[in-house]
Amino acid sequence: MSEGDGAAVIANGDDAPRPLRIVGSAIADRVYTWVLTAFALCIPALLLLLVIALGLAGWPAFRRFGFAFLTSSTWNPVAGIYGAAPAIYGTVVTSIIALIVATPLGVGVALFLSDLAPRRVRQPVAFLVDLLAAIPSVVYGLWGIFVLLPFLRETLMPFLRDTLGLGGTVFFSGPAYGPSMLAAGLILAVMVLPYISAISREVLLAVPRSQREAALALGATRWEMIRGAVIPYAKSGIIGGIILGLGRALGETMAVTMLIGNRHEISASLLAPGYTMASLIANEFAEASSDLHLSALMAVGLTLFVITMIVNGIARWLVWQVGRTGSGRP
Amino acid sequence: MATNSSLTSGALASGGQHHVTDIQRLASEGLTAYFGSAAAIRGITLGVPDRSVTAIIGPSGCGKSTFLRCLNRMHETIQGARVDGRVVLTARDGKALDIYAKSANPIAVRKHIGMVFQRPTPFPTMSIRDNVAAGLKVTANGASTPRRTDEIVERALRRAALWEEVKDRLRTSAVALSGGQQQRLCIARALATEPEVILLDEPTASLDPISTQRIEELLHELEGEMTIVVVTHNMQQAARVSSRTAFFLNGELIETAPTRQLFTSPSDSRTEAYITGRFG
Repeated sequence: MSEGDGAAVIANGDDAPRPLRIVGSAIADRVYTWVLTAFALCIPALLLLLVIALGLAGWPAFRRFGFAFLTSSTWNPVAGIYGAAPAIYGTVVTSIIALIVATPLGVGVALFLSDLAPRRVRQPVAFLVDLLAAIPSVVYGLWGIFVLLPFLRETLMPFLRDTLGLGGTVFFSGPAYGPSMLAAGLILAVMVLPYISAISREVLLAVPRSQREAALALGATRWEMIRGAVIPYAKSGIIGGIILGLGRALGETMAVTMLIGNRHEISASLLAPGYTMASLIANEFAEASSDLHLSALMAVGLTLFVITMIVNGIARWLVWQVGRTGSGRP
Repeated sequence: MATNSSLTSGALASGGQHHVTDIQRLASEGLTAYFGSAAAIRGITLGVPDRSVTAIIGPSGCGKSTFLRCLNRMHETIQGARVDGRVVLTARDGKALDIYAKSANPIAVRKHIGMVFQRPTPFPTMSIRDNVAAGLKVTANGASTPRRTDEIVERALRRAALWEEVKDRLRTSAVALSGGQQQRLCIARALATEPEVILLDEPTASLDPISTQRIEELLHELEGEMTIVVVTHNMQQAARVSSRTAFFLNGELIETAPTRQLFTSPSDSRTEAYITGRFG
């Protein structure tokens, strides 16, 4: 077809094949759009349904106890009184312990692997750290019961409390049974470590060599280079990794249930047993005979969900803040 | 800014384009650089005259950047890379030191021999001011007070011909600057620590013509007060900015001569072939 013919067809509009093909492709495009949009909407819809279901099921407990559900420390299924404060407290405290321990360790491992380790050590060490994420939660719990708890009871806890004299502070006072918020926090630290370290490592490796060279060319030592050029560049990504670890710590169930001691009690001492929201649900859902008990567990589930959402929101905001005040890539 | 030498004051007054002094600020002797077992440059002996611009030209892969990176011990930061030979740095007080001597510390060496790279490398999380001051933090002669730092930053930015453009936004992020401004910022960062020598590795390769011209003007202005080595694949640039040019080919130094002489009457046929555009 010559150029002249084509122009005539378009001008007259009476030659069928070309306009038809255009209409055909538009329909296909629209189908794609709708199908993909439907897929994409499934996820928020599922989330919404989950929240609605939790909200409806938990509503009787919320209505019965009001705000006290979140602030009361009494959880008594026999008397029909439910207050989730100890579980909320335990969830937050164990997660904080986990982050305090795992963050320096995870970022340190990542820095070692990205900047210090000889090339042939990198892969094996990275693989071993990643492998920590592949161990099932219940195995961590088992290890915790038979290895970590005796070690804590006989060595670490007496050392912290007596040798270092931290027993005078509220955080390390009281008897050392073993099962405790400290134990749960430490096992969580091991479990979130691979997440923090794997993401930090990827982010650190993504820092361009030119940034490292720019620092070295100014006469920076390796540590000055890491501190001045590498970490600032990777900061928002590292924070993202820490937040991912936090999200996992908040929701982790099995290992924590096996190590925390499962007691409804708010204690400032980390040596004391406690409870987390996730382990509370795991322990009691099977024996929740009354409607109110079940409703209370659902309400705990919703609370855990909301707290996780808030944490993630704060994290997003943090990453956004960090990204805004700097690490825009050149 | 001829501070502590009277040797070059005459040359400085005349703009420095054609002055040649006997002092070689930096001189390599039999320098061979390896990546693994392959030598990228072999037996390079080249002197860099004091307070002048020396250009290194040659086709891609001729080793000119590798040579430059040997001059401040950056080459060895690449895994598997190593260097044989000597590079003698003559300090302002006349003392000559081999930067590859056993006792020499590469970190200390780099504090005295600054470097600017092909792509601008501002630190993206730092402000313009902090970028310029970045080198001060790691050098012992750095500023002790914020005010002193501000003075040094202003002076470095003025020398890099960037001050007028950024003086009102020193606290804003450096990545908001254009590519050419970023490169001048990197030059200011290198100048701020008062190095003995500045090495530039194809500093205009990623810039537009206007920005390139500004950098060339800047090099011209710095000639006479700084010792500068610039690697470039652009022969016209070498002709415009340098007083001395070295031609590299296949990892070897073919010829070095005053720039005008090298471009008008090269003594080696390979140099002639390259500058007349027969290859490269």
